[in-house]
Amino acid sequence: MADDPSDPAALYRTVALIRGFEERAVQLVRAGVVPGGIHPYTGQEAVAAGSCAALRPDDVVTSTHRGHGHVLAKGADPARMMAELAGRATGLNRGRGGSMHAADFAVGVLGANAIVGAAVPIAAGAAWALRRAGSDRVAVSYFGDGAVSQGVLLEAFNLAALWRTPTVLVCENNGFATSMRTADTVAGSIPGRARAFGIPARTVDGTDPQAVREATAEAVARARAGDGPTLLECVVYRWDAHHTWEHAARPRYRSAAEVAEGRARDPLEVQGARIPAAQRAAIDAELGQLLDYAVEFALTSPHPDPASALDGLYASGLRGRSGAGVR
Amino acid sequence: MANLSYLKALNRAVADEMARDADVCVFGEDVRVAVSNVTAGLLKRFGPERVLDTPISEQAFTSFATGAALAGVRPLVEFQIPALLFLVFEQIANQAHKLALMTGGQTRVPVTYLLPGSGSRESWAGQHSDHPYSLFAHVGVKTVVPATPSDAYGLLVSALREDDPVVVFAPAGSLGVREDVDLAALAPVPLGVGRVHRAGTDVTVVAVGHLVQEALAVAEEVAGRISVEVFDPRSLFPFDWDGLAASLERTGRLVVVDDSNRSCGIGAEVVATAAEEMRLLAPPRRVTRPDGAVLPFAPALDLACQPSRAQLRAAVEQVVRRPVGDGWRRAE
Repeated sequence: MADDPSDPAALYRTVALIRGFEERAVQLVRAGVVPGGIHPYTGQEAVAAGSCAALRPDDVVTSTHRGHGHVLAKGADPARMMAELAGRATGLNRGRGGSMHAADFAVGVLGANAIVGAAVPIAAGAAWALRRAGSDRVAVSYFGDGAVSQGVLLEAFNLAALWRTPTVLVCENNGFATSMRTADTVAGSIPGRARAFGIPARTVDGTDPQAVREATAEAVARARAGDGPTLLECVVYRWDAHHTWEHAARPRYRSAAEVAEGRARDPLEVQGARIPAAQRAAIDAELGQLLDYAVEFALTSPHPDPASALDGLYASGLRGRSGAGVR
Repeated sequence: MANLSYLKALNRAVADEMARDADVCVFGEDVRVAVSNVTAGLLKRFGPERVLDTPISEQAFTSFATGAALAGVRPLVEFQIPALLFLVFEQIANQAHKLALMTGGQTRVPVTYLLPGSGSRESWAGQHSDHPYSLFAHVGVKTVVPATPSDAYGLLVSALREDDPVVVFAPAGSLGVREDVDLAALAPVPLGVGRVHRAGTDVTVVAVGHLVQEALAVAEEVAGRISVEVFDPRSLFPFDWDGLAASLERTGRLVVVDDSNRSCGIGAEVVATAAEEMRLLAPPRRVTRPDGAVLPFAPALDLACQPSRAQLRAAVEQVVRRPVGDGWRRAE
């Protein structure tokens, strides 16, 4: 059944959707259409695809500066996501957020966050409030290996464990905090960070969508049952640059051989091998059309009106003083 | 009439809003025993699900409140010490404050941050004596500094009803202020509306927080010689620029007294805006803490850094004697 998120074909489709989206987004950065650059998610798709497949539509997630995959896997419209990257008025955030802040509350994406670790307490607080409201909804918080050295994240672990918030903590260990290797930045282990607070933790193959889905499903069930947070360390390899700025600056911190070895374990192939070739080809063709449309939609969408630059700054509608900057 | 204390006014505001709106919850350190007195009685009345003692974990519980707000709660976060705002500046200024715009208006973040005991508490030394309201006004977080019990009540109620983050600074120097009020007449005070505590014609003194009392004392001291209008902005962001302009139409002279550091402080903003846009007959003056001050421990040193009544009086006298146009003008 194609609508079943745990269906192998559905998982493949999500991985391929993210892969295709990222490839097009990088092209658009190079073409100058996407301003500011992006943090490519290529190679990490199985984490977003697998974990979101274990969620209900009404569950919520917080994402990272490398967040396109999470936002798409949770169900955001790829065309509006691409328009957001291009800074268009039709974007998910009406061109106010861009790549690092993509949010879609309609599908439970409470926002990508440009400060690593910063969203973990936000997710814990949202989870607490959802439970308080009487629901069994859960909040998943994504963060990278670089974030596990931030104090606020560890404080949030303490709060989430103490108050047993229905939170799933998904660490994407992609090997690098920008250019710094995990081994050079993380003392102890990432699961150890959680275990210190009494939070169950396990390490998962982050290149296998089904493995991620199964591990997340267990963690989600635990959260829904009121048993509190779980940490999943998903081990992946970041194929592309930390940020597309690297395509020009070319800082040297890993060899071509290492990258090739990292790419050898391809989530797209891992999941693609689990479905019939004809079905895979059909999905690829469908996604090709969908993503071509997303690019076209983004490129033909209007730019926001500069006079509206501060729309939405305050929920109350408060505006800054006239003459203070908005042309 | 009841003789209402400033602290009791804050307490009453929180209790009234919790009774009115089941989504209002309180987070903070030691709020259940009400170390600050602001949350006294709330645990018994509203229960542990709405009054939460947090670990000493300011960064996490500040953003925890943001997340709760995204999911429908209206948190009040109490901080015992103003310098903790430096610790959570990221969580307030860079997260809660920015979410409405960054999401293109998809969400709102109704969190109130309350600082009962901001500024010098005399000899609480370098890390417990800041009054960092200018930082929040600078980044555009709604910032209020009530001076009286009725304003403390009214502004805190309004803050709790706002759908945006609001920082409420309750100056340590105001906590002991009492006021005879009709409790039934206590009402919300809108953000962004100043208050003229005393009308005058020679000089407008813009006084922030507890310095309103000092400004009123100075006005009384010089009454008969100089007619001082005391203008309390009550909110520093949004600021009641129309109210200030109206006051300067009456007086044409301006002194700002503000218990925060001079450089880039709210006093500088008030003076600059008045100079750009308003009627001024003489160069304005500021009375503030020194540039870049850190309050020293010894009482005499602590006091030496705070704006004093004598400084304010001197500034008032100077501004009415400063040269204007082609000559010296002196107040009658």
